[in-house]
Amino acid sequence: MEYRIIDQQLDLLREKLLLLGSTTENALQRAMKSLTSRDSDLARQVLEEDKIINQMEVDIDRFSVEILALQQPAARDLRFVISVAKITPVLERIADHAGNIADAALILNDQPQIKDLIDLPFMAQSAAEMLRTALDAFTSEDAAASREIIQQDRRIDEAYKRVFNDLLKLMIDDPTTTTSAAHLLFVAKHLERIGDYVKDICELNVYLTEAAFIKHSVEE
Amino acid sequence: MQNKISISNLDFYYGKTQALDGISLEIPEREVMAFIGPSGCGKSTFLRTLNRMNDLIPGTKVDGEVLIDGKNIYASGTDVVALRRKVGMVFQKSNPFPKSIFENVAYGIRINRLHENKADLHARVEKALIDAALWDEVKDRLQTSAFGLSGGQQQRLCIARALAVQPQVVLMDEPASALDPIATQKIEELVVELKKDYTIVIVTHNMQQAARVSDRTAFFMLGKLVEINPTQKMFTNPDEKLTEDYITGRFG
Repeated sequence: MEYRIIDQQLDLLREKLLLLGSTTENALQRAMKSLTSRDSDLARQVLEEDKIINQMEVDIDRFSVEILALQQPAARDLRFVISVAKITPVLERIADHAGNIADAALILNDQPQIKDLIDLPFMAQSAAEMLRTALDAFTSEDAAASREIIQQDRRIDEAYKRVFNDLLKLMIDDPTTTTSAAHLLFVAKHLERIGDYVKDICELNVYLTEAAFIKHSVEE
Repeated sequence: MQNKISISNLDFYYGKTQALDGISLEIPEREVMAFIGPSGCGKSTFLRTLNRMNDLIPGTKVDGEVLIDGKNIYASGTDVVALRRKVGMVFQKSNPFPKSIFENVAYGIRINRLHENKADLHARVEKALIDAALWDEVKDRLQTSAFGLSGGQQQRLCIARALAVQPQVVLMDEPASALDPIATQKIEELVVELKKDYTIVIVTHNMQQAARVSDRTAFFMLGKLVEINPTQKMFTNPDEKLTEDYITGRFG
C-alpha cells in the first residue's frame, strides 16, 4: 500500500498516545506501590511527574487539531484521530486518579497501618492490567479484545463493594480507624473510577475499528 | 421523497470505449447528490447523460434507461430542448455570453418565450439573479458587460442563467473548481439554498465540498458505480474498501 503523508502523522500520533498510556500506567503502578510499601518519596515522585503527563496531553491535543486542519482525514483516518483525541483526556484523568492515590499514600503512610489491603492491591492490579490490555487492543485495532476488557470492569466493581463494606465495618468496630479508613475508601473509589475510564478507552477502540458507538448501549 | 431521476443499467460508449458500465441509481426530488471519483472514472460523462449533453459528441452510444419524472429521456420523440430546459447545467468554467449581465439571464427566457411582457421579463431576470445570490451585487450594473464580473460572480451568473428557464434539476460539473475559497463558499451556500426548490447533481473533485453540500454521495471508478450512501456515512464509514482508499487518498 502506498505510504501517504498522513500515515507518518498518524503513526506519530499513535506513538504519542502510547507513550502517554505507558506513562499513565506506570504512574498508577507506582502510586499503589507508594501506598502498599509505605514509600512517601515514591508518592512525591508520582505527584511531581504528573506535570509531564499534563504536558503530553496538551501536546497530543495540539497535534490532533493540526492533523484535522491540515490533513483533513476521512473515514478510518478520521475515526483514528477522533479516538486518539478522546482517549487522551481519559488517560490524563486516570493519571490524576493515580496522583490522588499518591496524595492519600502521603497521609496514610504517616498513620499506623490499619488493615492488610488485600482487595485494594487486587483492584489496582486489575485496573493496571485492564489499562495495558486496552492500549494493546487499541494498537492492534482489536475490537473483540476491547469488548472482553469492558466485561472485566465488573471484577473491579465487585472488589470495590467488598472494600467499601470491609472499611465501613472497620470504622464502626473501631472509630479510631476512621481517618485512615476514609482515605482508603477514597483510594478504592479512585481505582473503581479508573476501571470505568478504561472501559471508555475500549469503547473508543470499537468506534475506531467498527465505527460503532457502543457507549451507553445495552452492549455495555 | 419521490424519485426525480431513476437510472437503470446505463451503459455509455465513446466509439468502442465503454465509459459507463451498468449504472443504476435513484435521485430523489430536492436532494443534492454528489458524484466523486478519480479523473476519467465517468462521473462527468454520467452527469451529461442526465440531460443528453453527450448527444453532441459524435460516435457515442447509450444503453439502458434514464427516467426523469418517470419518462425515459432516451425514448424516441423526446424533445431534447425541453429536456435541457428542465435539466439545466452549470460547467466548470463559467461561460457567460459576450453580452450584458441582464441579457445573459434574459436570453433563455426570450428564446423559450417564457415571459408575458417586458415587465415580466425583468421580474424573471431579477428572480433568477436573486435565486443565484447575485442580485445585490449586480442590480445597479445590469446593462454592463458580464465579463466585468469576477470569476465567482460569472459562475453565479451562469447559475442564474440556468435558473431563469425554470429547470427542475440542476447539473453542476465542478462548479467551483476554478474559484477562490470565498467564491467557492458562496457557490456551496447557494447549492444548499437551491435544494429547497431544485434537485441538484454535482460533480466535484473536492472531497470536502461533496461532504459539505450533498445529502448523498456516489463514488465512481472505471465507469462503475462503486458505492452510493448518505454523505455522512460515506465520509466516516464507507461500506466499500475502494471508497475508503479513495477518500483517504490511498489512490486517485
